Amino acid sequence: MKVAYFPGCSMHGTSREYGESLHAVAEPLGVELDEVRDWNCCGASSAHASSRMLAVALPARSLALAEAQGHEQLLAPCAACYNRLAGARHEIAEDAELAGHVKRILARPFENRVAVLNAVEVLRDLGETIKAKATSPLKGLKVACYYGCLLVRPAAVTRFDDPEDPSSMEAVVKACGAEPVAWRMRLECCGGGFSLSRKPSVVRLGRAILEDARKAGADAIAVACPMCHSNLDFRQKAMARDGEDKPPMPIVFITQVVGLALGIAPEKLGMQRHFVSTKRVTSRGNGEATAPAAEVG
Amino acid sequence: MSAHEDAHHPVPRTLADKVRAATGLNPARCYQCGKCSAGCPMAAETTLRPHDVMRLVNQDRPDRLMDDESIWLCLGCETCAARCPNECEPARVTDAVREIVAAARPDAAPRAIRAFHAAFLDQIRKHGRLGEMGLIMGYKLRSGHLFADAAAAPGMMSRGKLAFVADKVEDVEDVRRIFAGCAAHGEEG
Ligand code: SF4
Ligand code: SF4
Repeated sequence: MKVAYFPGCSMHGTSREYGESLHAVAEPLGVELDEVRDWNCCGASSAHASSRMLAVALPARSLALAEAQGHEQLLAPCAACYNRLAGARHEIAEDAELAGHVKRILARPFENRVAVLNAVEVLRDLGETIKAKATSPLKGLKVACYYGCLLVRPAAVTRFDDPEDPSSMEAVVKACGAEPVAWRMRLECCGGGFSLSRKPSVVRLGRAILEDARKAGADAIAVACPMCHSNLDFRQKAMARDGEDKPPMPIVFITQVVGLALGIAPEKLGMQRHFVSTKRVTSRGNGEATAPAAEVG
Repeated sequence: MSAHEDAHHPVPRTLADKVRAATGLNPARCYQCGKCSAGCPMAAETTLRPHDVMRLVNQDRPDRLMDDESIWLCLGCETCAARCPNECEPARVTDAVREIVAAARPDAAPRAIRAFHAAFLDQIRKHGRLGEMGLIMGYKLRSGHLFADAAAAPGMMSRGKLAFVADKVEDVEDVRRIFAGCAAHGEEG
């Protein structure tokens, strides 16, 4: 399968390991990633908070470029970019007047023909291939699949799964031989957008997510969003309560989970770049026994 | 009566009319069940919760919405919209209210949040993409939080996570034209 690839800004910065692990698994899974030439930032929550037109027109430029490259599908692995690109596509399709304004502002051909995919749905659809190629199935690894808000909402936009009770990420984790746990916080928001501007909110929301995953017995939380990742990984220290002595919770990208199951070396998946040690997870991929929780971190 | 007014496009007068004109949503559908607020992750920190915002829109109280930071604390997580039995979409209503309020009073949003969004959009205008280093510096200068997270930068860099040189769109003029086009559209609209 060949798709247009929209890396998004964080793939070259704070979430390098998401891009690295995506590229590492794409080849063995037969996915060709054709980067959108000269793509621009989707505007994320900042364009959204400022002007509806800007929030639609910025992603529309990249959609138009992918279209000009001859693509019908575009993969946006970052959940935030995915949400903005799919949201723009939806709003333009629903509102002819808006579509007219956007075309005029873009001043380039644009038919809104490109479907926007996220990494979770692409991996879910490759479940059988993953199973067949999993040389190091992650037996016994308990994973809390964290969707957060941007992958599944709003329902009219995302559509690839049941917004109230999604199962795609769990299906990917199972295809990897690991075990998804049942927990309550998987669709809650981590406060990502306020990471810099309102740290206490982010700490409060993130802590509730970590505590619930721990209660459910998870060894790790799997994510598909750079913002969720940096909140839960980088801010995890700040989320610990005073005097609390619990083993840290590794936060891994879903592509890293797949990569480990495919037998790809952890360094190729960028797993050394995390703030919270990922040893508890990487030790499974190589078939080694897991260290007891007390020895981790 | 304004010259623009006609039967098909009456000039929106009340806040609810303006929201409706901007989004196509009808805030009057809200019957104040509070389900949106029960699911809102920010409700613990805001004085006005999503159902309060809906009520104040329907009561045409832009003053109340303006004098409070609550609308600026919405994360856009859409939990409220998923829970609402009436498809009121409080998150989108809040977005529209922000835009209406900011047009009347550009300094309405809390400084830190304004600083973040302004720094972010600056980056896109300059490079077409987001330079995280530039974002952080821009944010610090605008917010006055000069030393916040200073300790994090070395850890980020040793992990190869902070790009020093901003990734750039080649045709950055094209991106700037989009900003200008959207701004011009806002003035007409
Ligand atoms: S859930 Fe919907 S109907 Fe109920 S208070 Fe919120 S917006 Fe109004
Ligand atoms: S979108 Fe905003 S108002 Fe709605 S639940 Fe999320 S934070 Fe609350």
